[in-house]
Amino acid sequence: MDTRKIAVIDYGMGNLRSVLNALHQVGAEGVLVSDPESVSAYRKIILPGVGAFNEAITNLNRLGMAQALGEAKNNGVPLLGICLGMQLMCKISEEDGLHQGLGWIDAAVRRFPEQPGLKVPHIGWNDLSFRRSHYLVEGLPPHPDVYFVHSYRVECADPSDVLATCDYGGEFTAIFARENVMGIQFHPEKSQAIGLRILKNYVEFAPC
Amino acid sequence: MLKKRLIAVLILRDGQVVQSVRFKHTNVIHSNAIHAIECFNKWAVDEIVILNVSRDAASREQFAEVVGNISSECFVPLTAGGWITDMEYAGQLLRSGADKLCINTAFLDDPELVKALSLRYGRQCIVASMDVKADEAGVRVMVDRGSRDTGSDPVAWAQRAAELGAGEIFFNSIDHDGNRKGYHLDVLKQVCSAVDVPVIAFGGVFQWQDLVDGIHAGAAAVAAANIFHYTEHSTKKAKRFMAEAGVPVRSEGSHELLQTLSVS
Repeated sequence: MDTRKIAVIDYGMGNLRSVLNALHQVGAEGVLVSDPESVSAYRKIILPGVGAFNEAITNLNRLGMAQALGEAKNNGVPLLGICLGMQLMCKISEEDGLHQGLGWIDAAVRRFPEQPGLKVPHIGWNDLSFRRSHYLVEGLPPHPDVYFVHSYRVECADPSDVLATCDYGGEFTAIFARENVMGIQFHPEKSQAIGLRILKNYVEFAPC
Repeated sequence: MLKKRLIAVLILRDGQVVQSVRFKHTNVIHSNAIHAIECFNKWAVDEIVILNVSRDAASREQFAEVVGNISSECFVPLTAGGWITDMEYAGQLLRSGADKLCINTAFLDDPELVKALSLRYGRQCIVASMDVKADEAGVRVMVDRGSRDTGSDPVAWAQRAAELGAGEIFFNSIDHDGNRKGYHLDVLKQVCSAVDVPVIAFGGVFQWQDLVDGIHAGAAAVAAANIFHYTEHSTKKAKRFMAEAGVPVRSEGSHELLQTLSVS
């Protein structure tokens, strides 16, 4: 098994090429995986995604991908969700109705509150505050700017799941990590050096 | 705190980077767009917009190829626009590595396409490009590379664009484009206060103070094209100027940091 090969789950949502490009830049090979049967062949899995929550979770369930990812999770495979991928790992989302997510993290996905002057979507570079140390964020400066594009945000029920926060109309979860499940709200593949370092940390992490 | 963005715009005609002056594209700046990107990546630009201004629809394939080449080198957000007239081509640009679609004429000719794209990919993916032009009769929005008058005033146009599903407005002025007199500030200001989506200011930057003025007019991001090609280390200098003027900008992203973090 080639540990440098990383499954990038393709379930019909968004720009996957950027993730592959970024993985290539940090010395790994991203492989688009759309067949749930082949998920078990990988030691690391990235769940990317841009778009609507409901369509995404419907696709994952319909394709049998939700189940395959659940098995990988139970086998301790490090799973990294990016943007919508992170939100899918949560229990519920309030985007266009109420929808069940994969339920791996006790968290709800809610819209940014309506506030005067608070433009939604939250688009652009904003800084992180770290809540604890973790291999994913090793070697980063204390408050790095990273690129966000989202209208909904993750609210974790258990504060110990929160690895980094960001402030936009109030604090929200920018990165969560619980055992082998990790989620990033911003786009590391679009956050230049900082984002590439996070992906490099993920790629190079060797579970004992 | 959310930073104000500095955006580099590449105007492409038949695959070559050209200079734009009042929507006329004459001088070729780079014959290969990737050379321009290599510079921007090193120089801390926050985002890249690449626009196909060719008058020939046959340029679409070649443009998608350029988007693909650029996306493999650029680890900041990439917006692509020009000739987006159907779902298939929009999908092709996104698969080529674009993160957002910059749409202009379809807001007049095919609003259903805009709605469909916004639903399919999310509104954060849709950037409404609007070009304004002033004369005795007032200020109006033009489409189709500035050739057709919509008869609409900029504020109403921007609001309708947001309603149709745009997540950002890319504001340009045909009179100011390449004309070295700064952004069209009074109209920019009206548009910024009329919509609750972020506005990107473009068109006319001649000195770094113009960028600061754009931010003060209410823009969430400031964009320029020509000036970045003709000034050494231009985006870095622009950032420094903005920071010194009190504008919150992203400080990381330098080539040095790439090396420090050993990701280059």
